[in-house]
Amino acid sequence: MVAHLIRLRFRLLANALSRSPWQAVAVILGTMYGLFMLMLAVVGLFTLSFAPDTLARTTVVLGGALLILGWTVLPLLSSGIDETVDPAKLATFPIPINTLVLALTVSGILGVPGIITSLAALATSLVWWQTPLIGIVALLCGAIGALTCVVGSRMLAALTVRISSGRRAREAKTVLILIPLILLGPAILAVSALFRELRTVLPTIADVVAWTPIGAIWAVPGDLAFGNPGAAAIHGLIGVATLVGSILVWRWALDRALERPATATSVGATRRGLGWFRVFSGTPTGAVAARALTYWLRDPRYAQSLISVPLVPALVFFYTGASGDLSGLLFVGPVVAVLLGMSIYTDVSYDNTAFSLHLQTGVSGRADRWGRVIAVSVFAVPSTIIITVASVWVSDSWERLAGLLGVSLGVLLTGFALSSLVSGRFAFSVPAPGENPFKSRPGGGFTLMLSMFASWTALAVLALPEMILALIGFATGNALLGWLALGTGILVGSVLLIVGVRVGGALLDSRGPELLVQLQRQK
Amino acid sequence: MPDVNSLSPALEISGLTKRFGDKLAVNSVDLVVPRGSFFGLVGPNGAGKTTTLSMATGLLRPDSGTVSVHGTDVWTHLVESKRRIGVLSDGVRLFDRLTGLQLVTYAGLLSGMERTVVAERAADLLELFDLDAASGTLVVDYSAGMTKKIALACALIHAPQVLVLDEPFESVDPVSGANIRDILHGFVESGGTVIVSSHAMDLVQRMCDHVAVIADGRVLASGTTDEVRGASTLEDRFVELVGGRRRGKGPEWLRIS
Repeated sequence: MVAHLIRLRFRLLANALSRSPWQAVAVILGTMYGLFMLMLAVVGLFTLSFAPDTLARTTVVLGGALLILGWTVLPLLSSGIDETVDPAKLATFPIPINTLVLALTVSGILGVPGIITSLAALATSLVWWQTPLIGIVALLCGAIGALTCVVGSRMLAALTVRISSGRRAREAKTVLILIPLILLGPAILAVSALFRELRTVLPTIADVVAWTPIGAIWAVPGDLAFGNPGAAAIHGLIGVATLVGSILVWRWALDRALERPATATSVGATRRGLGWFRVFSGTPTGAVAARALTYWLRDPRYAQSLISVPLVPALVFFYTGASGDLSGLLFVGPVVAVLLGMSIYTDVSYDNTAFSLHLQTGVSGRADRWGRVIAVSVFAVPSTIIITVASVWVSDSWERLAGLLGVSLGVLLTGFALSSLVSGRFAFSVPAPGENPFKSRPGGGFTLMLSMFASWTALAVLALPEMILALIGFATGNALLGWLALGTGILVGSVLLIVGVRVGGALLDSRGPELLVQLQRQK
Repeated sequence: MPDVNSLSPALEISGLTKRFGDKLAVNSVDLVVPRGSFFGLVGPNGAGKTTTLSMATGLLRPDSGTVSVHGTDVWTHLVESKRRIGVLSDGVRLFDRLTGLQLVTYAGLLSGMERTVVAERAADLLELFDLDAASGTLVVDYSAGMTKKIALACALIHAPQVLVLDEPFESVDPVSGANIRDILHGFVESGGTVIVSSHAMDLVQRMCDHVAVIADGRVLASGTTDEVRGASTLEDRFVELVGGRRRGKGPEWLRIS
């Protein structure tokens, strides 16, 4: 039975790939990327064996903890759970729950990320190759750690199926994501103080993490190397208990999911009136804007695309601000602008076949494009301005405000233009309405990433005028150039937006039926 | 001078063809739907009903052939034709994160209607389909039958002259089904044209005055219901035309006891 289910997984993957050669290319590229990362990890771990034990232990514990954390939590942040074998679809078959748990675990390990993670985890034994006995223990701990990764992700998937099927929880999540967006500036300020002493603090952090479920198992070999078998035993126990606990929680969640498949019939609260439809004008454009904004607030998939908005600036800060130089913060505004500008990139794909209503009613492509841009502008324009001003304020570089605003707004408008153009022509593989927003299709995300990358490049080129003006202004300290950048950014961005909307709208008018066919194929 | 358009049929399809890869889904279909008729399109699964109706309503571009509605070519005058047609598609999603009232309003506004007119008609339609109590509920929380009804309301809000309904009675309960039939009959009596696709032969025989049988992407028979069925029932005639009926009770192991 286990072998049968695993065969099913690969059969499904092969069928999906043979349907779309691009997806196959994407999977191959993804695999190559994974192998490259694995190679880096193996070389790095081997090099560590010549480094002091403290450094080796700190690296392995923190790296391992990040690995487990990544496997369990990343699916929440991006789309990562591979549900090739969807437990809900197996609900009708009489499969014993333990068999199912075992089969899903093995099939999780046998995926590309699973294999690479397992090999990397096992490679931690290379650090201790000079003392073979510890090396063997490390091999065992690596295996347990890798298993915890896979089980952790499955557990979270099974748990979120429950949670994300309740609408109230979904709406709560949207709010949870929007709050950090607003609090981004102050939050960064607070974290910055912490990370300035990062280098000296890391071993201490590792010591603390070693006592948490995600770090314990990785600390065992290091404990032994320090001649501390007692600590090693306790850490090992915590690690094994984590794995067993995760399996039990997952088994419980899976059992519940099978008994009550997630066709959640929780009848939501009824709403009076027309909502946003009353706020926007009673034209086709206004209607599209009202509908799109309603979806931004009600559909978890949109929240999904917003979540990276506070995340990426935080990373920008992490890399530049850790050195104590706050000028890196100045990137935050433009980066947020890029993300918000591209956030309607998959708008039509999110509509799925519901888009056929737009075709049936014969709404003009231009009204469709403008409506979507207006809806996102409602919060994207204020957010971009506030975050840019906040970054200037925090880093106390007011003389750069005009130039920076020019770049941010220019990039935002250009991003809208590109999104309007591309989403009028191409449908991407995204989670369908009501589907787990964390679900990913093999390779689907990668195809999207490739086209996103091309669009980012185009965005960078199209926003060059205001960027060059602003950069020269920063370098020479000439305030006039900053104001010129602001004017140029708004003007060029607006012109590009009008062009993007017109061309995208014309594409939609002439190729709407073909787009619907693409959407139906994604269904 | 008589208006030429008033003489043309509600829907006229000629030489309509669509190929998906190796499969010829619709193979040179000719069909004439007279004005004011209640037209049934019947055929087995995969016969090409949905594909034909999608092409007739401007949702799927044909490989070749022409479609005209009230004398206007659909694919050269898309927007004008779409104003005349109301569509209920089978197997497509709705914007189901909107409430019922919002969805119907959305459909009306997209058609370019005035907000006051939309509000008035949306209220009428929700009442007509017994959905007024659920007007504030998200469509995703509707039952299958309610979803069909709200989709039908969306198809009606711009007061089309021709209604094209793909499987309108699927998963609709008998009472709602009878109510929908009354509404459609009223629509036909007032001069409108209704085209439905369905699997339910009994229903089509009782409901429709015209019928076409389609299989493997071809029209096998077309005309008034009485012409097509002759002396037998529509179901017998259908099986006779389409074939594929098998005799026997299945393998031995399937018989309990």
